[in-house]
Amino acid sequence: MQSLQDSLLELIRRTSAEIPDDVHNAIVESLEREKKGTIAETAMKIIDQNIALAKQKSQPICQDTGSIIFYVDCPIGFDQLAFQDAAREAVKLATKKGFLRQNSVDSLSGKNDGTNLGPGSPTIHFHQNRSPEISVRLVLKGGGCENVGAQYSLPNEKLKANRDLDGCRKVILDAVLQAQGKGCGPGILGVCIGGDRATGYEHSKEQFLRKLDDRNDNAELDKLEQDIIDTSNKLGIGPMGFGGKTTLLGAKIGVLNRLPASFFVSVSYMCWAYRRHGVTLGPEGEIQKWLY
Amino acid sequence: MIKVRTPIPEVEIRKLKLGDEVSISGTVFTGRDAVHKYLHEGGQLPAGVNLKDGILYHCGPVVVKDEQGNWKCVAAGPTTSIREEPYQWQVIRDFGLRGVIGKGGMGEKTLEACKQHGCVYFHGIGGAAQVLAQCIKKVSNVYMMEQFGAPEAIWEFEVENFPVIVTIDAHGNSLHKEVFAASQAELAKYV
Repeated sequence: MQSLQDSLLELIRRTSAEIPDDVHNAIVESLEREKKGTIAETAMKIIDQNIALAKQKSQPICQDTGSIIFYVDCPIGFDQLAFQDAAREAVKLATKKGFLRQNSVDSLSGKNDGTNLGPGSPTIHFHQNRSPEISVRLVLKGGGCENVGAQYSLPNEKLKANRDLDGCRKVILDAVLQAQGKGCGPGILGVCIGGDRATGYEHSKEQFLRKLDDRNDNAELDKLEQDIIDTSNKLGIGPMGFGGKTTLLGAKIGVLNRLPASFFVSVSYMCWAYRRHGVTLGPEGEIQKWLY
Repeated sequence: MIKVRTPIPEVEIRKLKLGDEVSISGTVFTGRDAVHKYLHEGGQLPAGVNLKDGILYHCGPVVVKDEQGNWKCVAAGPTTSIREEPYQWQVIRDFGLRGVIGKGGMGEKTLEACKQHGCVYFHGIGGAAQVLAQCIKKVSNVYMMEQFGAPEAIWEFEVENFPVIVTIDAHGNSLHKEVFAASQAELAKYV
């Protein structure tokens, strides 16, 4: 499956070096919004230059090339083990070529063997479909933004957050306040209301597969998404936490059922260096089309 | 834009104010989580690493060897600094640092050490790994690579016009504290 490995290597290269158009558009808009002559504007200008330079040089947008998370939609009968082998080889090669940093550390010994392969790296989520199409989406999520993610259990007395949508709104906005610029804002939130502690975070990250300019099908959640963006951008946290007009570029909220005893709100924060691409693959593993 | 070049005299550092845009040239050493913990636990700096009147950069770069076998830095933005908060004050005090480059800001202990010993926190633009790697003109050396691995090793860089913003000065002021307080007060109006 040489062709599959090549396709995945190209997917990794492009994800590491090229910001998807929907994110770039949002960054350009926020650069125009910032007041001229402020340090917020300086930050956004450097970010914009960086995006162009990374693409031109085919090098990582950010040196933290992040957790490597594949989402694979595949038909019944798809060989997941062969895909896994090809993905691991592609990751190893991408690391050698400098598209990925030597970024995976043994949590007990502290050793970094320089391959980016190990328990949990890369992570691959398979979803089986009745459609014959194979699509592979990749998210590279850096550690700085991962560290400012937060999971709340409602009710939260300190934030006066009850078990309702207003309670969810309060804790999501608290996550934005606590994150400040530490996750390399302006950021994008992926949120899951409900689920357990593991599925909640997982579903919050899946929100990053949505395009920034799409709208939520659920009217209530759509309203909450717009409200979170508008309110966050009134807080004056700004790019890098320097103060300024753009604190969030987007907010995407999903929902899972919960147990009667649990009410989790899981918030994942994505930095401006929002690295996400996807492809559909042909029968030989060749790239047919790009998804973002 | 204020230009500084290493080694930096204390008097020059004390002149810097919050929000100043500064362009750094000279020698910069990287050091992040493993290095800070190591120094805090009494580890010695390897011969060749001199931080006196110098700058420490919280960074885990992507560095590759070119065809001639020379190191080449291909991506080098700042990493989140707050993880070094338990250790940074001591490194500033013991090694005579004048500047720390990172992102996301630092806390009270670092703020106090900056004030007491004449050091500032320079905020780099997080994620801007290409723009910042372009300012690295030479990778002069690497230390403790075997022990810590490439992202955590001490890299010695020669930099030219490396752009940063002063967000903690040498007089006890922090832009991070100011923005947090203002945004918290603002949020109270909407919840």
